[in-house]
Amino acid sequence: MSGGVDSSVAAAMMHREGHEVTGVTLKLWQGPDGEAPAHGCCTVSDSEDARRVAAGLDIPYYVFDYTDDFASAVVDPFVEAYRNGRTPNPCVECNRSIKFSILLEEADRLDCDLLVTGHYARVSREGGRWRLRRGVDPSKDQSYVLHMLGQRELARTRFPVGEMTKPETRRVAADLGLRNAHKRDSYEICFIADDYRRFIARRAPEAVRPGRIVDASRNRLGEHPGVVNFTVGQRRGLGVAVGEPRYVVELDPHTSTVVIGSARDLLTEAVEVEGVTWVDGAPPPESPTECLVQVRVHGQPVRALLAPLESGSDRWQVSFVEPQSSPAPGQMAVFYRGDRVLGGGTIDRLLK
Amino acid sequence: MLYLDHAATTPIRPRVWEEISALADRGWGNPTGFHASARAAKNALEEARERVAAVLGCRPLEVVFTGGGTESDNLAVKGAALAGGGRGGVVTTAVEHEAVLSSVRYLEDWGCPVTRVGVDRDGLVDPSEVTAAVNPQTAVVSVMAANNETGARQPVRKITEAVRDRPRCKALVHTDAVQAFISEELRVEDLGVDLMSLAAHKFGGPTGVGVLYVREGVALEPVTHGGGQELGRRSGTHHVLGAVGMARAMELASSDRERFHRDVSEARRRFESALLEKVPGLAIASRSTRTVQHSHLRFPGVANQTLLVRLDRLGLAASAGSSCQSGAAQVSHVLSAMGMSDPEARSSVRFSFGWTTRPSDGDLAAGLTLRALEGLL
Repeated sequence: MSGGVDSSVAAAMMHREGHEVTGVTLKLWQGPDGEAPAHGCCTVSDSEDARRVAAGLDIPYYVFDYTDDFASAVVDPFVEAYRNGRTPNPCVECNRSIKFSILLEEADRLDCDLLVTGHYARVSREGGRWRLRRGVDPSKDQSYVLHMLGQRELARTRFPVGEMTKPETRRVAADLGLRNAHKRDSYEICFIADDYRRFIARRAPEAVRPGRIVDASRNRLGEHPGVVNFTVGQRRGLGVAVGEPRYVVELDPHTSTVVIGSARDLLTEAVEVEGVTWVDGAPPPESPTECLVQVRVHGQPVRALLAPLESGSDRWQVSFVEPQSSPAPGQMAVFYRGDRVLGGGTIDRLLK
Repeated sequence: MLYLDHAATTPIRPRVWEEISALADRGWGNPTGFHASARAAKNALEEARERVAAVLGCRPLEVVFTGGGTESDNLAVKGAALAGGGRGGVVTTAVEHEAVLSSVRYLEDWGCPVTRVGVDRDGLVDPSEVTAAVNPQTAVVSVMAANNETGARQPVRKITEAVRDRPRCKALVHTDAVQAFISEELRVEDLGVDLMSLAAHKFGGPTGVGVLYVREGVALEPVTHGGGQELGRRSGTHHVLGAVGMARAMELASSDRERFHRDVSEARRRFESALLEKVPGLAIASRSTRTVQHSHLRFPGVANQTLLVRLDRLGLAASAGSSCQSGAAQVSHVLSAMGMSDPEARSSVRFSFGWTTRPSDGDLAAGLTLRALEGLL
């Protein structure tokens, strides 16, 4: 329970269905002196909201401290990714390493049958297998950041609000008299209070080395304060005046070089994806596999063919049926069939 | 429910309630006023002060009522270090309560020289290390009487004597006796201290009221400024009902101490011997030096968070010893100072017995703890 409306409603719905519910807030982050951040999640006011909701439902409530695990499994890799010129997704790592790993194991030890969260996604059982599907509300769907869940995790997981739209969730919250029914949605990275660039600058000063902005032929077009300020595909804020629209097409953290080009230069035929996992535990039998691929959190799924780089490998090549505007390495490529998640992995390389 | 978190706070004794309620309709006045209701409150307050002084073996005007243990510690440490406009030195230990340690960090930021003396594996301070750290610039030495997590009792008397024997040194000695009072008879002359902190809610009084004993002639810089109550040492309208409740709780704790020792030590003996028999590698912190009411246990390989939730479900209230404002269990600075690794600290749970504990509660607690441990060992 983050203290937000979604997890509060999730807890309330399970409670209403007659389950014996225990509320838990994860303390994942703290400042240098052990204080909670002033805003973002894990703030004192958020855990107080969660506590009050739990008290209203008359369920036990605890705060679990996973700050050490979060730092090593989520924050350190986040900084490391930027150091390597990538654009990481910390929510994915948190789901993978904290919520559906450490917390799920704790749920086992506490004899809890299910782990329930306020994510917008759906879990169902079809043909003897657990399925992960997009949430009913397309604008809130979070299946992208949950793609790493396998049969073991899904068997133990429920997402009650995934069956509803956000307005419906708020309505349920209001009907239940939850105090946070109208609390605003959070979009920020939970552990970053100000700007992620300042955060990276403090933890990896070398990622904020000034460098050159060049075109595809390596002609110098300008200067920049550090590659951390850029994401592949970015158009605005390049600080370079040229006639037609320009985009970041490549980042080289080693020489601190930002390569920009036209929309055409940004097109990519395929990407290499690493650490691929499958909801079913194994890839689909047919190869190459045709499916829909989503390469950005809020991106549109596009048609693509999947093939392993070597047989049995977790590195896969995703070949787009139509060339796509380059996704940012470090983001996820998530494979869908219809609204069902097949699996996914981390984009490692663009193949042009 | 079986409540074994008395070191956090303990229930108010019925006779304390009785006395507070009996006074409620005539003791509500502001003691600094001019009229009859002020006089009634003032009389109640000063009588409470006399009763506290009688228990501590000091003069009434050496008793300063405060808002609790934390405030007493702040006034003692900051007040002594900053007295007379100075930036006096502080010598303390690594295992003090946060009220002392945070005050000391604050003083350090203001330029006061600070020494923190370490402890051994039992959590004990070596008095000679304390004395070695004291010099003519030292304004205050602060060493707790008993640790809030492990119950380890420090040799306060020895430390006081050793500090007094240092040539040219005029350091005051403060002891945080918040945890110790319920089980230890603390007469200020026996301890020889200049300053001593107490909190009513640790021995059956209400929260929100405490005492700082201040030896006559000791000058303190106030930390709260205002109307100049308590001879200028603690401004703020008096909590008369709290002070009366505290005085009553101190008298009751003193007269009940022998029985307390008997029942609590028997409960703890039963609890620990049952667990020692069944839990492989069970370790007891500060075993030879602790107060009678603390039982700080390490369950190898068991996360204290898991155990505490399971215990709570079974109706047994215990604690991780150290927690943040949200209530999450944290690795404690006390255990780290005793040389415990983080994983060891994260497998430790504090059970603390209190004045409501009966000997049979030890058997009950052991049974519940063993049930909570099922499948975890």
